[in-house]
Amino acid sequence: MNNMPKVAKTFNRQYTENDRKRGSLGMKNVNLFYGSFQAVKEITLDIHTCSITAIIGPSGCGKSSMLRIFNRMNDLIPSARIEGKVEFGGIDIYEPGVDVVELRKRIGMVFQKPNPFPMSIYDNVAFGPRRHGIRNRFALDEIVEKSLMQAALWDEVKDKMGQSGLSISGGQQQRLCIARVLAVEPEVILMDEPCSALDPIATLKIEDLMSTLASNYTIVIVTHNMQQAARVSDMTAFLMVDDDHAGRLVEYGETAEIFTNPNNKKTEDYITGRFG
Amino acid sequence: MAFFDSSPATGAGSSLKGRPRWGERIIEKVIFLNGVFAIIVLLGVLFILLRQGLPALVETPIHEFLFGTKWYPVSEPPTFGIASFFVSTLWVAGISTLLAVPVGVGAAIYLAEVAPKKVADVVKLLVELLSGFPSVVMGFIGLVLLSPWVRELFNLNTGLTGLTAGIMLSMMSLPIIVSVSEDALRAVPDEFKQAAYGLGSTRWEVIWHVSVPSALSGISAAVMLGVGRAIGETMTVLMVAGGALAMPVSPVDPMTPMTAGIASGIGNAVQGGPQYQALFAIGLILFVMTLFVNLIAARVLEVQKRKFTRE
Amino acid sequence: MGNSSIKKRYLTQRMAMAILVAAVLLVVAPIIFILVYMIANGYSALSWEFLTQPPSQAGRAGGIFPAIIGTVFLMLGTIIFSLPVGVLAGVYLTEYARNNWITRLINMAIINLAGVPSIVFGLFGLAVFVLTLNLGMSLIAASLTLAAQALAMTITTSRESVMAVPREYREGALAIGVSKWQTIRHIVLPSASPGILTGAILAMSRAAGETAPILVVGAAFITSGLPTSPFDRFMALPYHLYTVSAHVPGMPADVKWGVAIILIVMVLFFNIIVALIRVKARKR
Repeated sequence: MNNMPKVAKTFNRQYTENDRKRGSLGMKNVNLFYGSFQAVKEITLDIHTCSITAIIGPSGCGKSSMLRIFNRMNDLIPSARIEGKVEFGGIDIYEPGVDVVELRKRIGMVFQKPNPFPMSIYDNVAFGPRRHGIRNRFALDEIVEKSLMQAALWDEVKDKMGQSGLSISGGQQQRLCIARVLAVEPEVILMDEPCSALDPIATLKIEDLMSTLASNYTIVIVTHNMQQAARVSDMTAFLMVDDDHAGRLVEYGETAEIFTNPNNKKTEDYITGRFG
Repeated sequence: MAFFDSSPATGAGSSLKGRPRWGERIIEKVIFLNGVFAIIVLLGVLFILLRQGLPALVETPIHEFLFGTKWYPVSEPPTFGIASFFVSTLWVAGISTLLAVPVGVGAAIYLAEVAPKKVADVVKLLVELLSGFPSVVMGFIGLVLLSPWVRELFNLNTGLTGLTAGIMLSMMSLPIIVSVSEDALRAVPDEFKQAAYGLGSTRWEVIWHVSVPSALSGISAAVMLGVGRAIGETMTVLMVAGGALAMPVSPVDPMTPMTAGIASGIGNAVQGGPQYQALFAIGLILFVMTLFVNLIAARVLEVQKRKFTRE
Repeated sequence: MGNSSIKKRYLTQRMAMAILVAAVLLVVAPIIFILVYMIANGYSALSWEFLTQPPSQAGRAGGIFPAIIGTVFLMLGTIIFSLPVGVLAGVYLTEYARNNWITRLINMAIINLAGVPSIVFGLFGLAVFVLTLNLGMSLIAASLTLAAQALAMTITTSRESVMAVPREYREGALAIGVSKWQTIRHIVLPSASPGILTGAILAMSRAAGETAPILVVGAAFITSGLPTSPFDRFMALPYHLYTVSAHVPGMPADVKWGVAIILIVMVLFFNIIVALIRVKARKR
């Protein structure tokens, strides 16, 4: 097993009281359907707070669909239907009466392709806070600066806050999108293959950023890049499809464990690059 | 399953529920009601035509209305037969189509397949300019420029004839025929043409045997849209078709197409009276005719669009 | 033998190309002729007085100021009554309406209503606004009539521009807990605004040139003074051109051409603005 990716760190977090306050996230026996097609089958897992969880697996295995269950982005697809229980902070988020807008405020999302809004860098970051009612210029300035600092972008853009968010490089755009999410102070950040459109240097910057953010935020990242999962994540979930094309959770555990000593033969095959 | 057992309802978590967002809900209601309102207005057009026009079609049986040749709205009792209006519409729309289609499609082929970019840009600019001309201006031009020529050419008493109107209408339907056909031709995938060139075809052979047949449905939609425009045009035919009520027998007769019949009659019609209702009935028939033509065009365009998009 | 067949094929090609060029000339030559003729014959009528004075001697002398103002009012009325309704309806159809047969039917109805003859909208306006709502032959009745006609167009263009806004923008906003309406209001509508604006201006320029509906709902040939309320009768440029060219004997030719030039300039002015907006939007 010498061609397994190297694991950078081991998972040894202790839950603190602070972690507890931040909502815990998990799903139990979840099935997701698009019309008659089942995309995700019987998934049960618990996301550890203030850590990075990677969801890996061959393409088309339902990774992204699964990620979008957490912030109910699947609601946007009229034919999508979900069964099972998804809990956040002790509440089933698919229960009637749950406010999706509030939910998404607390569980932010970063997408595969950087998608800054067609407005200035400042306005991009200030967009969320403004919509949530913050009008005070000084307060906004502060939020924007803090978020851009957290996203490790401040130094690069502080002199061109008025420029279009689309005028900066792809990697910068993606960090801008992360800053945009941070500005609304979420508890969880979902990342859907955030580096797949970026070059290796920009990718490294985002990975560093994730590691820093993990001390304060729960991060769930979907990636097709196993090295990336091994480098940055604490926990890893491996998804695969069966003959019915529905994604199943094959194995879930500490990244170090999954990458060095997987329980399941399929996981081992995938990680050692025998397929996928 | 740690968290399922742990006590729920951390302070933050409970705020996930019970936000009414009244503003949002009201706005969504407004948007919905507005959508309904817009649809009511649009369907209202049909409703009004039916309500005001149907009585006339009951009073005068529909076949007499359509095929009767006598339009005596103010005699006692009045007679309403719109055959001459209808035939006039066919004449002017027919002439317009006959003239505009070959010229318009020919120009579109040239613009899409042959013309250097600069030439194409200039031509398109001019065509765009033409499409911006209000119909009353075209009527005016027909009146002062074209009709004297027509009178002299055919040695007539008046130059205001179906032919004159048809020529002006053909100019007015040219822009839509040219632009829709050109779009259809440009949508033909390059691979098709490359393949034909690869077999040793000349440029014209590629155009004639590959591009034009592939774009045929789009071109026919363009033609239909042009026909729809010619049927519905009012001011031009009101001003230059001549306004005679007799059944036209030749294209150089003065005539009154349906639209012109409505426009010239409505000012004198007593509200709710028989003539008023008969004019609405003509409007209803016009509505149905143009709807039919436009539906076919939309359908054909849809087919054309799907043709080159692979699933 | 083979050689002569190739020659024949090239000959066919030459003839075909000649026919195509002839077609283009047939399209272009009348346009150029009309433009040149119009300017040559009309420019002598154009003067500051022509633009700023009321007509006298049944339009044979004086100016066309009230007709210009009437047309401007009609354009504004058309936009005020059709744009908000049209944009919200476009938003409803793209963002809220479910994709079922009713929505498809509505979409089809809208596209087809855009092709209904303007005279038919005139009849609609006469029956509904002038008579049923008892607004009389007034500026407001004419504006509402033109707005009803423009509605199909403003809905279609708004719908298309809203649909063209990339899904990623919407997702980006929704994913940070911004509500659907806020997303529409602050992301979708601003991104769609060049398209919506283009449609609105085109609708306005069409309203400026439209004659048949206002003929039916009662434009006036000559009014004493400008309209002072929306319920007054009004003059309008296209109707003025119709009357002076078809119904007033002894009309000086240059006055007629002058009216036509001003009307076209007003309509084209807005088309040019549209072109500028398009160019600018493309740059972004």
